[in-house]
Amino acid sequence: MSSPIAIATRAIDLRSRADARHDAWFRWLLASCGLLVLAALLGAALATLWGGREVLFGHGFAFLTSAEWNPVSGEYGALAPVYGTLVTSLVALLLAVPVAFGIAMFLTEIAPAWMRAPVASAIELLASIPSIIYGMWGLFVFVPFMARVEPAISATLGRLPLVGGLFQGPPIGLGLLTAGIVLAVMILPFICAVMREVFQAVPVRLRESAYALGATTWEVVWHIVLPYTRGAVVGGIFLGLGRALGETMAVTFVLGNSYAITGSLLMPGTSISSAIANEFNEAVGTHRSALIALGFLLFVVTFVVLLVARLMLRRLARREGA
Amino acid sequence: MAASPYLRRRLANLAALAASAAATAIGLAFLGWILWVTVQRGLGALGPALFTGITAYGAEGGLANAIVGSLMMDVMALLIATPIGVLAGTWLAEYARRSRLGAVVRFLNDILLSAPSIVLGLFVYMIVVLPMSNWTGGRVSFSGVAGAIALALIALPVIVRTTDEMLQLVPGTLREAALSLGIPSWKVTVQVLMRAASSGIVTGVLLALARLAGETAPLLFTAFGNNFMAIDPLDKMASLPVAIYQYTNDPAPALHAIAWAGALLITGFVLLLGLAARGLLARHKVAHD
Repeated sequence: MSSPIAIATRAIDLRSRADARHDAWFRWLLASCGLLVLAALLGAALATLWGGREVLFGHGFAFLTSAEWNPVSGEYGALAPVYGTLVTSLVALLLAVPVAFGIAMFLTEIAPAWMRAPVASAIELLASIPSIIYGMWGLFVFVPFMARVEPAISATLGRLPLVGGLFQGPPIGLGLLTAGIVLAVMILPFICAVMREVFQAVPVRLRESAYALGATTWEVVWHIVLPYTRGAVVGGIFLGLGRALGETMAVTFVLGNSYAITGSLLMPGTSISSAIANEFNEAVGTHRSALIALGFLLFVVTFVVLLVARLMLRRLARREGA
Repeated sequence: MAASPYLRRRLANLAALAASAAATAIGLAFLGWILWVTVQRGLGALGPALFTGITAYGAEGGLANAIVGSLMMDVMALLIATPIGVLAGTWLAEYARRSRLGAVVRFLNDILLSAPSIVLGLFVYMIVVLPMSNWTGGRVSFSGVAGAIALALIALPVIVRTTDEMLQLVPGTLREAALSLGIPSWKVTVQVLMRAASSGIVTGVLLALARLAGETAPLLFTAFGNNFMAIDPLDKMASLPVAIYQYTNDPAPALHAIAWAGALLITGFVLLLGLAARGLLARHKVAHD
């Protein structure tokens, strides 16, 4: 015969043991969902590596160094798409970084208080417009616009020594420069958001000390704010670069899809993502494998770029916390 | 001229201020340009035929099958990504906040957030479309389910991140108060903490949906597109972005008009979702003060 107290203790004991068991299950369920994120990234890398194995391992380095892309004769060289991806992303960065810096400076140092929130949200809106809309706008509106402007560009910038060759070509509107500009508009809000955020995080006393010494607004931004936030600004730029490298739809519409490596920005080209988007559904066999191999290449490059970006951004966050 | 250092500094400052204002004007001008063109050309083609006709009929057609396909795939994608994302975000915030593994997962989630969506499409092609096709002898290959899985991979990191951030904002006192009552920690997490962060989590799901609605690249080789009405998730499925892509590539101007109408629908939907998310978040903040 056990006493009522003993029965109650036993019940509580059972209950707490069940609770502990349920807690363990719950924790296990959550952890496995968390690890799915890891699995998704790893799986994407392995699956594209596997799908592209025929070309990646079969053709070896020739895949990276050959500029010949000809599905009919079975030649697959990644050089032209890689070149197009790098050039358009570079043009995009060259244009977007100064503009993003200007906007961030305007929003944190210059604009009156009532103007800051609405303008900042408007710039953020650029990030939420889907890339297919950028593509349509690019093809139907911006390409004709560029076709009208390009003769003027050739006549002015094209005359410059050294860089002149970059701006000569047929004024068809499609091409590396147009794709670079559309990409610049697309990545602008991402770079700008990071810059704005870190500029705001600069300690007020640093800023005020500089102003007290008689510095102008520009001097405060250039000599105080920018050096203080340098790491995060570079991180934000890499974040934008990562976006630009992987962007597909907008670029596909305005790039012109030609497998030629040209020295002029006004000439059409191709990029990794647009080659995949254009050809994948008609490709079979080795051709398909070559496109998946391109995808693997893109994934590895963007992964490294984004890794650098996040590491730079994290370093500043840690310093802020200290 | 000798007394010019001050003048030079002031001129440099003035030039910088002007350039900065000009940069802002450029950014806003592009936004205005894109939105204006979308609204102007989209409104012209908006009509009841858009919601009744299917894409197979060309110029007289509409986007009914694409709208249905998009809705189905977006909902399926959220049904997959929301539970996994919320649980994973909860794990990061509640059980792995300071652990090394948690830091790694949080870091890689941020990378997945901006990974190229076309590669995620290739990934799903490799692990879903190809095996399905081999398994069924080619009867089922491209499918709405595959498209939904690709979209879920895009939604997942958005939901993980917002859930993680929102749960970290829940005051620790709430956690301690609940635990001190002897409630098991899983119940504290589900019934107290998640409820406190619920509007933030819903915001994350809305933001994820806003990203899904316009995604095109990952759908090209997973759901493929379909010119007819298809509601079988194992069939090739049309979607609004892919239909726009096809129509834009077509030389017929009448189809371009339909594409613009579709573009207006997507843009309007995305902007509305953004506003809703912002509104929810604002209310959430007020409630916590």
